[in-house]
Amino acid sequence: MPPAIGPLSPGRSSGTPAEATPRTLRPGPATLTCLLATGHLSPCPARVARDVQTTRPPIGQLVSPAALPLVERKGLDSSRRPLAAVSRQPAEMAAASAAGGAARGRGATSFQRKAAAGSRLAAVAGTRPSVRHGQLLLSSGLPSLDCVLGGGIAVGTLLLIEEDKYGLYSNLLFKYFLAEGVVCGHELFVASAKEHPDNILKELPAPLLDDTYRNELGEEGTAVKSEDFQDSMKIAWRYQNLPKMEASPTSTKFGHYYDVSKTMPPELFQSINWHSFYLPEELSLQPKMKTCNMNSAYARLLQSIQRIICQEGFDGSDPQKKQKNILRIGIQSLGSMLWGDDICSSDTPEDIHSLTKFLYVLRALLRKSLSACIITVPAHLIQNKAIMERVTNLSDMVVGLESFIGSERETNPLYKDYHGLVHVHQIPRLNSLICDVSDTKDLAFRLKRKLFTIERLHLPPDLSDTVSRTSKQDLAESAKLLSSGCGAMAIGKKHLDF
Amino acid sequence: CTPSLASIILLLVFQGKFTLLRDTRTDGSFLVHHFLSFYLRAGCKVCFVALLQSFSHYNIVAQKLGVSLTAAKERGQLIFLEGLKSCLDLLFGEEEQSGQPSPLQFLSEGASDLKALFDFVRTSLTPAGSDSWKGPVLLVDDLSVLLSLGAVPVAVLDFIHYCRVVVCSQLKGNIVVLVHSNEDSEDEENELVVNSLCHHSDLILWVEGLATGFCKDVHGQIKIIKRVSLELTAEKDLVQVYQYKIQDKNVTFFARGLSAAVL
Repeated sequence: MPPAIGPLSPGRSSGTPAEATPRTLRPGPATLTCLLATGHLSPCPARVARDVQTTRPPIGQLVSPAALPLVERKGLDSSRRPLAAVSRQPAEMAAASAAGGAARGRGATSFQRKAAAGSRLAAVAGTRPSVRHGQLLLSSGLPSLDCVLGGGIAVGTLLLIEEDKYGLYSNLLFKYFLAEGVVCGHELFVASAKEHPDNILKELPAPLLDDTYRNELGEEGTAVKSEDFQDSMKIAWRYQNLPKMEASPTSTKFGHYYDVSKTMPPELFQSINWHSFYLPEELSLQPKMKTCNMNSAYARLLQSIQRIICQEGFDGSDPQKKQKNILRIGIQSLGSMLWGDDICSSDTPEDIHSLTKFLYVLRALLRKSLSACIITVPAHLIQNKAIMERVTNLSDMVVGLESFIGSERETNPLYKDYHGLVHVHQIPRLNSLICDVSDTKDLAFRLKRKLFTIERLHLPPDLSDTVSRTSKQDLAESAKLLSSGCGAMAIGKKHLDF
Repeated sequence: CTPSLASIILLLVFQGKFTLLRDTRTDGSFLVHHFLSFYLRAGCKVCFVALLQSFSHYNIVAQKLGVSLTAAKERGQLIFLEGLKSCLDLLFGEEEQSGQPSPLQFLSEGASDLKALFDFVRTSLTPAGSDSWKGPVLLVDDLSVLLSLGAVPVAVLDFIHYCRVVVCSQLKGNIVVLVHSNEDSEDEENELVVNSLCHHSDLILWVEGLATGFCKDVHGQIKIIKRVSLELTAEKDLVQVYQYKIQDKNVTFFARGLSAAVL
């Protein structure tokens, strides 16, 4: 039965669905109900729920408890919050109140809910609230990766990196994550079975200061321009005396750049609290928790993480701590043979559930604490693809790196500017029906002399006089492989949907 | 707020049925949010086994859809099993148990069966004397996680079977279960469970990403399969296909090719 669709009135832009839908279908939570009840798309008599514009809280505002919905705070019963007080009328532009109403995006009136005394959190260093879901976001250490992930890594979530063939670039991402934690003053937990965490931390990239970063980009022009600007400050002359650029990377800024060719100076580590888990050292100790048929290395790691979270009060159990901090957990090469797991070395592994059970319990630990975790997994070594599917389902963000080293693509002129491809397999939908999917699906990375960036893959123009058939086929093959998207993981095998 | 006419029709006609939510190459959790808010608004008693996300995640989305989960929990309409939290209690909690085994007991005992989880569901949905709720509903998000946690496929199917006997046949309630599947998936255990559930479901909502790739205006297509063939009247299953777009507070459905961006 064809749906009842009215003609568009002239002058209406085919833009936002809020304008187009009143004529065609009435949106509303009852629409699926209509489909199931009546079997066709007749407009429902339900109330029209117009899209309410979400208010955008200013970056760097004080974070109220409502901005941390994933973390259950002990003693703060959310049922005490007056829900009915917030008006449901769709307001076009609500006053951006500092209370949680703005972070929730409910289109509240200027009603300001008074937060319970003493529960206001000071701004946690190195984080910013997300406009989409009101969750605190951390930087992954790579601003281009933050863009791809929809603003950053949300507190309480897990970022899984599928390692490239030799583990070079995934290791770099791992170090960026930890380096960002050092610069922001977060607490670190580094776990590895391969390298001692002390050595990992010694090799973190050095943060780039603002002025040296500008030189790296070769933009000397801007430095010259700023001097002219200084002379010409007539109206804002008070600001002439303020320092021009930040001399050191401050912890209030979100996202820093790092110089891969230099290591982080040790003085930045002095104020940092960090914990390490090096498997060969830990194996000598006795496990204290029930292993529940999990690989003993994973069980010990979970026990260690849980102990740190409880002791240092990241799960809100210690009300004395006024200054909240984030725990950044980094686990290197999980699932590899060094962790005692044979999923990478055998076609029919003995225990295929250890890794997934570990990820589930880790997810539970992350959700109830102020922490974020990065894990690198040698996915290319895992023969049983079912395990990787389950691992993907249990992680929040999954990014796969594919480097061109040793593959035929290294010499392919299409990829001459890049060192590998980035596949974003999954982005989470946190506290919301939708997620911030970036439009760019074809991403590639390159490691310049000092900087590592993730960019949109641009195919170079085909300037050759005689275009050979093989290069055209290469293009078609590459184009097919690049059309995977996150959310809809279609490989684009078909040309038509129906 | 009063349910609309369509909801009333749906509730009267659809009782004692098993609905399977299935997603392929995309995330079908918006259907779970829809059914949760739909049944709570209709006044049914809901037992929600949420294995993958925390309570506050569902709470915030439900508020956008117009239902408060905390209020529903307080008045006894919603029994919420937060899998993540009870898993932590089981593994890191103290030894003393209040007499009732944890619903996720199979985690520590080597995955023998899901009896503890079934007992939890049965005790939550069996009506107490003073209950005035309409039919009970069991909602599971999602079943594929049980396989990842070590349960064998037969144990998962047994659990679903027992739940059907109690909830659908005895209590005349509904069951809604979300599973993930993939056409070229190598996860044979998962495919076994999904295929078996497909054969036994009364209604299948199959959400797929578009075969041609990612699109900003059409997030995927949904196939609604009404298993009329189960009624043994020699009729074939009724299959309807629509496309959808997910927005912040709702999901719009439209016929294929007629998205708002195109019209």
